[in-house]
Amino acid sequence: MFELLGIPPQVLFGQLLLGLINGAFYATLSLGLALIFGLLNIINFTHGAQYMMGAFVAYLLLNLLGIGYWPSLFLAPILVGLVGIVLEKTMLSRLYKLDHLYGLLLTFGLALLIEGAFRQMYGVSGLPYPIPDVLKGGQNLGFMFLPNYRAWVVVASLLICFATWFLIERTKLGSYLRAATENPALVQAFGINVPRMITLTYGFGVALAGFAGVLAAPIYSVNPLMGSNLIVVVFAVVVIGGMGSILGAILTGFGLGLVEGLTKVFYPEASNTVIFIIMAIVLVLKPAGLFGRAR
Amino acid sequence: MKQSTALLAGVAVLALSTGSALAQVSDDVVKIGVLNDQSGTYADLAGPGSTLAAQMAVDDFGGTVLGKKIQVVFADHQNKPDVGASIVNRWIDAEQVDVVVDVPTSSVALAVQEITNKKGKVHLNSTAATSDLTGKACSPTGIHWTYSTTALANGTGKAVVAQGGKSWFFLTADYAFGHALERDVSKVVKEAGGEVKGVVRHPFPNQDFSSFLLQAQASGAQVIGLANAGADTINSIKQASEFGITQAGQKLAGLLVFLSDIHSLGLQTAQGLQLTTGFYWDMDEETRAWSKKFAAKHNGAMPTMAQAGVYSAVAHYLKAIKEAGTDDGKKVVDKMKELPVKDFFARNAKIRADGRMVHDMYLVEVKKPSESKGPYDYYKVLRTIPGDEAYGPLSTDCPSAKG
Amino acid sequence: MIRIISLVALIIIALVAPFFFYPVFLMKALCFALFACAFNLLLGYVGLLSFGHAAFLGSAAYVTGHSMKVLGLPPELSILAGTGAAALLGLGFGWLAIRRQGIYFAMITLALSQMVFFFALQAPFTGGEDGIQAIPRGYLLGFIDLNNQLTLYYFVLAMFVFGWLVIYRTIHSPFGQVLKAIRENEPRAISLGYRTDQYKLMAFVLSAALSGMAGATKTLVFQLASLTDVHWHMSGEVVLMTLLGGMGTVFGPVVGAFLVVTIQNYLAQLGSWVTIIQGGIFVVCVLLFRRGIVGEAMALARKLRKKPEKEDAVS
Repeated sequence: MFELLGIPPQVLFGQLLLGLINGAFYATLSLGLALIFGLLNIINFTHGAQYMMGAFVAYLLLNLLGIGYWPSLFLAPILVGLVGIVLEKTMLSRLYKLDHLYGLLLTFGLALLIEGAFRQMYGVSGLPYPIPDVLKGGQNLGFMFLPNYRAWVVVASLLICFATWFLIERTKLGSYLRAATENPALVQAFGINVPRMITLTYGFGVALAGFAGVLAAPIYSVNPLMGSNLIVVVFAVVVIGGMGSILGAILTGFGLGLVEGLTKVFYPEASNTVIFIIMAIVLVLKPAGLFGRAR
Repeated sequence: MKQSTALLAGVAVLALSTGSALAQVSDDVVKIGVLNDQSGTYADLAGPGSTLAAQMAVDDFGGTVLGKKIQVVFADHQNKPDVGASIVNRWIDAEQVDVVVDVPTSSVALAVQEITNKKGKVHLNSTAATSDLTGKACSPTGIHWTYSTTALANGTGKAVVAQGGKSWFFLTADYAFGHALERDVSKVVKEAGGEVKGVVRHPFPNQDFSSFLLQAQASGAQVIGLANAGADTINSIKQASEFGITQAGQKLAGLLVFLSDIHSLGLQTAQGLQLTTGFYWDMDEETRAWSKKFAAKHNGAMPTMAQAGVYSAVAHYLKAIKEAGTDDGKKVVDKMKELPVKDFFARNAKIRADGRMVHDMYLVEVKKPSESKGPYDYYKVLRTIPGDEAYGPLSTDCPSAKG
Repeated sequence: MIRIISLVALIIIALVAPFFFYPVFLMKALCFALFACAFNLLLGYVGLLSFGHAAFLGSAAYVTGHSMKVLGLPPELSILAGTGAAALLGLGFGWLAIRRQGIYFAMITLALSQMVFFFALQAPFTGGEDGIQAIPRGYLLGFIDLNNQLTLYYFVLAMFVFGWLVIYRTIHSPFGQVLKAIRENEPRAISLGYRTDQYKLMAFVLSAALSGMAGATKTLVFQLASLTDVHWHMSGEVVLMTLLGGMGTVFGPVVGAFLVVTIQNYLAQLGSWVTIIQGGIFVVCVLLFRRGIVGEAMALARKLRKKPEKEDAVS
């Protein structure tokens, strides 16, 4: 058996693969955040709670209505997105004229409120969600045993990221969105309903979080606090990628997952901090982020 | 209302600091504080069930002792030492709590032990594991009731090595409990001629164990020792099977497994697992009778050893108050050590000078689904481990036990 | 005149309070009040929202706990060490963070504090998940026994008053005026010749140091330093206290801190209801009264004072 730098290959490739899986979640979540930030200029602190809600909606659909994983993968994001739209319409939209910090504070408060409510109802010990039958079992890749479901997570998140990128960068609708990000007043003057666009963008970003939540449900147990620590890492990912940059969010999401995996091989103690260290370095060298433009 | 109790409490504290109260039962009430994790990782194995067990003990005792009312209160320490410490401080300083019971999560238990020791109140620990509670952190007013990391090591650890599991890799919850369990089991493994190939510590609580399990797999050890508990153990076992680790021939040793964990895992996943327990409901008429009474009030869930231990400890505590004629912490605990412990829970039991309640432990194996007659029919008892063997000799680190 | 009377009343209340309320509760509230005041110096007077102030509170708590328990230093030196550590950390954080404003500033401070959290989780001297427990309180200056609850209370009160006065003096000094100018219009302050980055950094370090002082004092009260103090929820809590009480007012954070600590204290048995209520207060504050309790009260008082004057003018 050959070794690389004294590391057995099954450890190296295994951790890289697990890193890629984590990266899939980072990418999907930071994509939603970046979309919202681009148009609304708000850091959506509720994103972690909305990710958790995605998982819970899937859990409840299964246990109350008997709706399985595959329909939930579409239904849950839509439901979570609708909740997001209601929040935007009733609360967030009142704050656009104020300092953007108020948006941050409001979404932070909402995150506490939502997480607290779910904790009160379901405890924090975690609820099980079964892996769909088609994806049970796994593949022996030689260096490790890869559960089919985890491979699916990477594929699904790549698909949704690509679709979102395509929608925004290559379609007419996307061009309106990009224009509105640059200059909302001008786009409004062209007769496009910018407030509605903002609402829908928020809903879509939140739905992405819900989607990630459904993906996560069978891997991690469904837990009210599942998003609360993840979200801070995702913030760092967004800052590194450049706030508001779609491609930046996707690439840094996957990239940082891999970096984290590598760190687990060579210096596990730093695996939790490495993303924040990279963030500090990026801020010093390129304050707008790797893919961002200074505003 | 709250304000006025706080005011009264302030006055009471003042009164106590000026002149000492000589009343037999302080503040005319014996108040039992159940402190545990009410909704988190350890909620199913102790949690509300422990509160229920304490209340049952009080009811069976008649609700009063020395003519004074007995009251049970509870709080959620969220597995955080700072939260637990501030609750216990408030309980003792301002709310007349005389005894703190249950207290899972070793880090919190050690903090509570420190406070109760200093303030002369009783700490009856059922659910925390660390053997330090009767070692370097022992207290003249603290009793460790149900089990300990030493007993788990001497039970499961020894049995696994005896069956040929010589090389170990530990997956350890990174706090006082995990460290103590890893330490005590490593010692037993090495004494029995085995080796420890490595250790990986995971945050507590944790959801994703995949990268830790990968390290354990790469170590090539025969046995992966799970030095964690509750939902952490459940998730490690589930994910080990998801990543094909058990199928590839490595054996998992669940070093601390409760009945509630087996219930969550299901027999399909858990079958064949060997574990050490201080209590199993289906032992004899007495245990079945009490357990069924408990389950009837607890959504049909049978008691874990932790919950049964809470009942046993509280019942013995109340008996000691009656015998001693006072609720003074030190005097009651001395009386508890003097009186024989005998109930459905504790067999061949005694309380040692260091505060260890020594009783028979059981090495059990989880039944195959075909062997089980229904929910909670999960264990076959392989061996009864006599108390002295399970808990080993008196700790040399405990200063108060020497005198 | 009214001001002097209310000040005297306040002092008397502070002095006799421990005879009527549970002293540990009061001490906790005072520590958090100081923490919130220090935080408010940055948010209310420079306009910088830091989402990482828990790092200063927590690191000072750990350093103080370690010096007391392991190094055996007396309390005054330990508190000094904790405060100094927080100030140093603040210098590092500030140097990185003041490059950006607004939301970016908040994100950067949040991420940096998360680094401190993971460091505390893994570094051996912090005790990780267990924290540093059973920290001795020791003898202040060698002869004042802090194990006595009342003595400790007056010590904590003194620390709070000292910290509060430092902040009060800072706000009303020329330095404080420049800070307010930066808050109102930074480019303008720059064009007037002020090196705003230096002012911002100084304010940041001062705020970090005072937060550290609060954390150090808290360690003596609870005899415990734990991960809760460095977790980002703590950073959120101090924002809540300041927002609820009224940012940019000298008394607002104190009121906010007392209210939040009261909620935590009396609703602790209800578990996650505390989080729900805190989240609800956040939402209500942001949507309905952004000036906070003290801010709204002051606005009301101003209105009432103005009205009679107008009527006079009419008549």
